[in-house]
Amino acid sequence: MATVSPALDAHGHADDHSHVHHEQSFISKYVFSLDHKIIGIQFLMTTLIMLMVGGALALAVRWQLAFPWENMPVVGQLFGLFRSEGGQISPEFYTMLFTMHASVMIFLVIIPILAGAFGNFLIPLQIGTDDMAFPALNMLSYWFMWPAILCFGCSFFVAGGTAGPGNGWTSYPLLSDLPTAAPGSGSSQTFWLIGLTLVGVSSMMGSVNYLTTIINMRAPGMTLFRMPLTIWSMFITAILQAFALPVLTAAGFMLVFDRLGTIFPTDIHSVFFIPANIIVNNSAPTVGGGQPLLWQHLFWFYSHPAVYIMLLPAMGMVSDMLSCMSRKPVFGYKPMVYSMAAIAGLGFIVWGHHMFTSGMNPALGMTFMTSTMMIALPSAIKVFNWIGTIWGGDLRFNAVMLNCSGFVAMFIVGGLSGIFMAAVPVDIYFHDTYFIVAHFHYVLFGSTLFGVFAAIQFWFPKMFGREMNDTVQKWHFALSFIAFNFTFFPMHMLGIAGMPRRYADPYLHGYLEHLLPMNRFITLSAIVMGFAQFLLLGNFFYSIFRGKKVGRNPWNANGLEWTAPSPPGHGNFDIAPVVYRGPYEYSSPEAEAIGQDYILQTVPHVKGVAKFAHH
Amino acid sequence: MKKFWALFFFFWPTVAIISCLIAPSRGWWFPSAPMSRTGIQIDGLFYLILIIVSITFVGTQYALGYALWMGATKDSASRAHFSHGSHKLEIIWTIVPSFILVFISLSQLDVLAEIRVISKFPEQATKIAEVTARQFEWRIRYPKPGEKLTTEENPGDLYYVNELHVPTGKPVIINLRTQDVQHAFFSPQLRVKQDAVPGLVIPVWFDVLEVGNYDLVCAELCGWGHYKMKARIVAQSQSSVDKYLKELEAEQNEDGTKSEAAKSDE
Repeated sequence: MATVSPALDAHGHADDHSHVHHEQSFISKYVFSLDHKIIGIQFLMTTLIMLMVGGALALAVRWQLAFPWENMPVVGQLFGLFRSEGGQISPEFYTMLFTMHASVMIFLVIIPILAGAFGNFLIPLQIGTDDMAFPALNMLSYWFMWPAILCFGCSFFVAGGTAGPGNGWTSYPLLSDLPTAAPGSGSSQTFWLIGLTLVGVSSMMGSVNYLTTIINMRAPGMTLFRMPLTIWSMFITAILQAFALPVLTAAGFMLVFDRLGTIFPTDIHSVFFIPANIIVNNSAPTVGGGQPLLWQHLFWFYSHPAVYIMLLPAMGMVSDMLSCMSRKPVFGYKPMVYSMAAIAGLGFIVWGHHMFTSGMNPALGMTFMTSTMMIALPSAIKVFNWIGTIWGGDLRFNAVMLNCSGFVAMFIVGGLSGIFMAAVPVDIYFHDTYFIVAHFHYVLFGSTLFGVFAAIQFWFPKMFGREMNDTVQKWHFALSFIAFNFTFFPMHMLGIAGMPRRYADPYLHGYLEHLLPMNRFITLSAIVMGFAQFLLLGNFFYSIFRGKKVGRNPWNANGLEWTAPSPPGHGNFDIAPVVYRGPYEYSSPEAEAIGQDYILQTVPHVKGVAKFAHH
Repeated sequence: MKKFWALFFFFWPTVAIISCLIAPSRGWWFPSAPMSRTGIQIDGLFYLILIIVSITFVGTQYALGYALWMGATKDSASRAHFSHGSHKLEIIWTIVPSFILVFISLSQLDVLAEIRVISKFPEQATKIAEVTARQFEWRIRYPKPGEKLTTEENPGDLYYVNELHVPTGKPVIINLRTQDVQHAFFSPQLRVKQDAVPGLVIPVWFDVLEVGNYDLVCAELCGWGHYKMKARIVAQSQSSVDKYLKELEAEQNEDGTKSEAAKSDE
């Protein structure tokens, strides 16, 4: 694929495939598929199911916080899991619940739904090529998810079903390092680590593929600055993945080597994170010279960029959708690109803000505080540009638009609450309280998931040739949005009141007793929010079979994907696309000249109309 | 229906602001006024950021709502305003926030240095105790009255669990460490938080302004019993602390036999 004029090469390649119709068996077409669209849809369905699993774990956490030590209704008796405690959540089970809630949501939902589902589905379609650069690698990236899911699943059960990994998704040593440190630190923690590594392998295969495809396989005329912001965001995300992930994988292996005794019956193990003379649960003092803080540095060196991996693609997709639903070009296309690049670049030098109370050198704390503050700047620029995009538009008030507006509104809250945590002295108080829980749910759920809700509806016609019911989606939006805010906004107050995270029973402490009614309210809202997602799932699966059939371009959008049939066949385009302009020329004079408020990227220049170049 | 959705985006930030305004009166706010000098500074910085953030929140949310309202009330014949953006606006909304962010950043530095940089610890601060976290309790070690606290244990050291006695009105230092996994020393009323990292001894300084009992809890996940590392910091006058330590010493040295003086009393 590496040639002097990659675009032309991609073009020729695209032609080869689109005219050949392979007869494929069911297995090679829908299961071990090499087609990026099928792989994308596989990712989407898997992650939607995992979303419900993660949500159920969250509701169990909420149950304990609202009705501590009370038997769980229905579910408590349903599974063998709780029966030993008579339907009650034990403290070690509680630590497992929040650990697995975070692990499932981050590694099996948010990251794969953005990069895996939408990255796979959209990249070849939006840059105008027939498939990914490495289709087999692409297939593998999906099928590596399943052993990961299996490992995460096993980690629930290896310790007898009462003590899955309970060290938080951050798995700080020594709790996660010494098998005797907690009921869940034995083999279940090892399974968790292997699962994490496998998710990493899957992401890495995806990101190599995305980078190669975006660099080498763009359609003729698709210059970098004519790429939709979705593609820019996927490109930047892939760079983040490729550079940050190896560090986590290395750290994971270091932890596995420290824990070698949980895999083989051996006393030989490394001591990367184990200092000397640590006595856990009356066991013999440890021998070693390791440093637990090293894990925090390595972990957050990946996991802070990972926060942007979990956000940037949604930012890109929302920019696309807002522009289309406002019938207006994206306000400040290039500033949007540069600010995403700035977020990614700064994202590599802010990891220390997770460690302000860790005993790290205070001089480092000052540096990390300043870089963290500065990352708010590109985020602010993006918000202003989104509002600028809506401003003066000919708005379409469908659920796509509402979810995108919800994304912007929630991202503002998540961004602003981050400023408190960036300021070290204030963070000293808020670190590890519910304030931070509120903050990252506003970013990951409030922003990313509302963006994803919009994206599912927006690209659904291209996936299945049918559209989703907009009224149901509006109900889903309204219920989710209200319940989301009722769930997470009060958590800011819990944080201000000093309620620490990860407490199975905060009311043991007198100064937190009066927060029980508020926690009950939050739990009720969370239940509403959880059940509202059945509207999305129901609408999604119903519409696959019964939704109204639509043509190639139901939204009157500009991007290349809308020139392909709905759904596109293997090879995507029946006419290999050639690109003449950027993707956001809604309501341009050229569009007006052909009597529309949009103009596809593939339409040649309209004679006699002044061209509007990007600036 | 369009107007409804535009109003929806006005409505929710309004509810958010109102709930913030009534929060302190409902007890959804700080557990108490800051009870240490650095706590007062931390709260001051919190309110500074809160004001800046609230103004930004209202401004951006209502701008979003207004942009939607314009779209909802637009007459259907007119088209969208065709524009790729404004160079001038981009410059304004790059420079103004960057000044504000740098200002916030700089405003934090002094307090941060005061709290964390060891060479800037108050000169008169004395090391009163070593606090060792362990699953799931706080072990306190005081030096023998009249002696200095050292990193190693000494004969005559006084031990207690889950209760730390601190003199009020002067800066004190505790040596924080952990016997097993990572914990964090968190006192919400004093606004003090520091992780206890395995293998490290971390000095933490604070001063308690008023006599009273303050909570000491764990703020770093340390296992299944993380939530129940409940302890208290008892702040009292220096003479009461001295008296407490004397009693503790007597109790610890109690061997069941009575002293000569006590015998002659009978």
